[in-house]
Amino acid sequence: MKSKVLNNSKTFFKKLTSNQIIIPLLALLFLIVFNLIRDPGFFEIKVVTNTSGHTVWNGNLMSIIDFGSELAILTIGMTFVTAASGGQDISIGATAAIAGSIIARILTGADGRAPQGMEGSLILAFLVAVLACVLCGAFNGTLVAYFKIPPMVATLILFTAGRSIASWINENRNISIVDDKFMIIGGFIPGIPIPTPFFIAVLCMIITALVLKFTTLGLYTQAVGINENSSRLNGINPKFIKLLTFMILGLGAAVAGLIKVSRTGTCNYAGLCKDIEMDAILAVALGGNALGGGKFNLKASILGAYIIQFLTTTLLAMEVPSTALPAYKAVVVIILVVFSSPVVREKMNKLSAYIKVKTAKNVGKEGEN
Amino acid sequence: MKKFLAMLLVAAMAVACLAGCGKKDDGFIHVGIINNDPSESGYRTANDRDLKNTFTEANGYKATFNYSLKNDEQIQFAEQMINDGVDYLLLSAAATSGWDTVLKKAQKAGVKVLLFDRTIDADPSLYEASIVSDMDKEGQTAADWLKAQKLDKYEVIHIQGVMGSAAQIGRTKAMDAMYAQGWTKVVQQTGNWSESEAQQIVESVIASGKSFNVIYAENDNMAKGAALALDKAGISHGVGKDVIIMGFDCNQWALEELLKGNWNYDGQCNPFQASYLNNIIKKLEAGEKLSQKTVIMDEKGFDASTITQADVDNYGI
Repeated sequence: MKSKVLNNSKTFFKKLTSNQIIIPLLALLFLIVFNLIRDPGFFEIKVVTNTSGHTVWNGNLMSIIDFGSELAILTIGMTFVTAASGGQDISIGATAAIAGSIIARILTGADGRAPQGMEGSLILAFLVAVLACVLCGAFNGTLVAYFKIPPMVATLILFTAGRSIASWINENRNISIVDDKFMIIGGFIPGIPIPTPFFIAVLCMIITALVLKFTTLGLYTQAVGINENSSRLNGINPKFIKLLTFMILGLGAAVAGLIKVSRTGTCNYAGLCKDIEMDAILAVALGGNALGGGKFNLKASILGAYIIQFLTTTLLAMEVPSTALPAYKAVVVIILVVFSSPVVREKMNKLSAYIKVKTAKNVGKEGEN
Repeated sequence: MKKFLAMLLVAAMAVACLAGCGKKDDGFIHVGIINNDPSESGYRTANDRDLKNTFTEANGYKATFNYSLKNDEQIQFAEQMINDGVDYLLLSAAATSGWDTVLKKAQKAGVKVLLFDRTIDADPSLYEASIVSDMDKEGQTAADWLKAQKLDKYEVIHIQGVMGSAAQIGRTKAMDAMYAQGWTKVVQQTGNWSESEAQQIVESVIASGKSFNVIYAENDNMAKGAALALDKAGISHGVGKDVIIMGFDCNQWALEELLKGNWNYDGQCNPFQASYLNNIIKKLEAGEKLSQKTVIMDEKGFDASTITQADVDNYGI
């Protein structure tokens, strides 16, 4: 009886250490404990009435789930791209800027200003942005899948040119849209105290989960990432799968662009989602996914995205000096990434195996007695 | 037929060369304008539009425009323009160094050089004048305005631009002097010119429960993000409200916020250098001597209580 309980706890322990989500969970735990020690007030959520007269929840935790949304959405696509192609897309920030600019252009008309509310259809604007971003993704995907260009190099093209394209779309203007309805997407639904971007991110996660459950996308993506040739011999079209993952990421970029523009009603093509590709890649790495492709764990990646936002919010709360901020972030990131690397994970597995053997011996001894 | 085409081409090239060499005498003043790419920022777009509106044939100019964000490309453009025989070379350099050789060439060819927006590290004898913004002065004007508000206390959230940029250094300097004199710096953090980073900084301060009554953002976009964070927490801002909001750059939408009384102050970074350049060229053409080499532009600071619709239309970029 006793050994059965021990066995159960052992398998639980083994499951835990062998599951890659343990790494981001540990990182999250570390950040939570760190903040609890530093200042428990960090986690306080205040119920306030905002300027439009609605009750909303305010606090650092709300900021994290709010501002982590775009990153979480992009991380989903980035995980697919990484798994299938064994490389990363560095053009998504620029692609999101294109999406934002298209939305801003359609909503403001020819003069780049909409002081009295939206001047175009929001649905049309979003659909055009989606189309453009999926095309950008298809462009990247074609270069990678059919022309065999390494993803980093293929996406370098849009990384460089994307923001120029975004600036042409709006003729270099600094756009402004003043419309309460439009601001709901990046703000609050009246009466609901949690920021809308979080719900959009959750919706994206649910859709992805359903797709993974009811289609073979997840299996095929991993198969292509693990061994392209053998997956081809098994009847999968690796080129199409790669292309598809880039298009999914493009779709994510369109959603991220929409949220970003809607947050403030301004579209600043030079700064919109700047450097977010690096954070998305980081989130994938933090999730313990191999950046060389193959197996992936989407939950771990998404958790990684929120951890990055958690870290940013923590550093802001600590009032780290402006000039030192990137350095602080880098130090934490290095520690986290090293811990989530496959090498360290293997070491940890060995350690857990060692512990297992030891406890097994002890159990054996107990049995003798 | 092919031969004929080839001949025609050669002839055309010869004519083009002849037309291109030496000073032209067609009653127009020829100016070559080398600028940074207008897509760089809203400031640059407004700057380019202003130049294009001023240096027109109606005003007696024939202007050629070339854009690049790269210094070496700009230098090539300059050499080409000197060879084309322009009378004036107007230059907003991408980088401060490397201009000596080409400017000496310009001097030899009798081309007068005027710098605008950005100055360069070259011997001042190589150019006639430089028209620049003084970022330190922009910060000082804003700080002086804030001081003149005679608040009971000064608790400032200071959101900086990209660290190390000329605008950030200038706009931070005056405020740092004020903190040394007793104003409270609640937080000083970089928002990297971005709305959402600024919003997060302010949300973080609100979550910490610290009190503040001024937000000093070094551009309009960050001021907008900061204002949103206040809206979210139900903190009032603007003229006669709890928190004073200050921004920079005078985007049209930002000046409209001032007009509505949602913000209190917006500092100008004047992109309209064309009229200054025009005046200097007119003076030089008339044979007058310039009284000063470096011209610092007038830059306004708009106060929400005095701003008018006309200001929004005239100065919004």
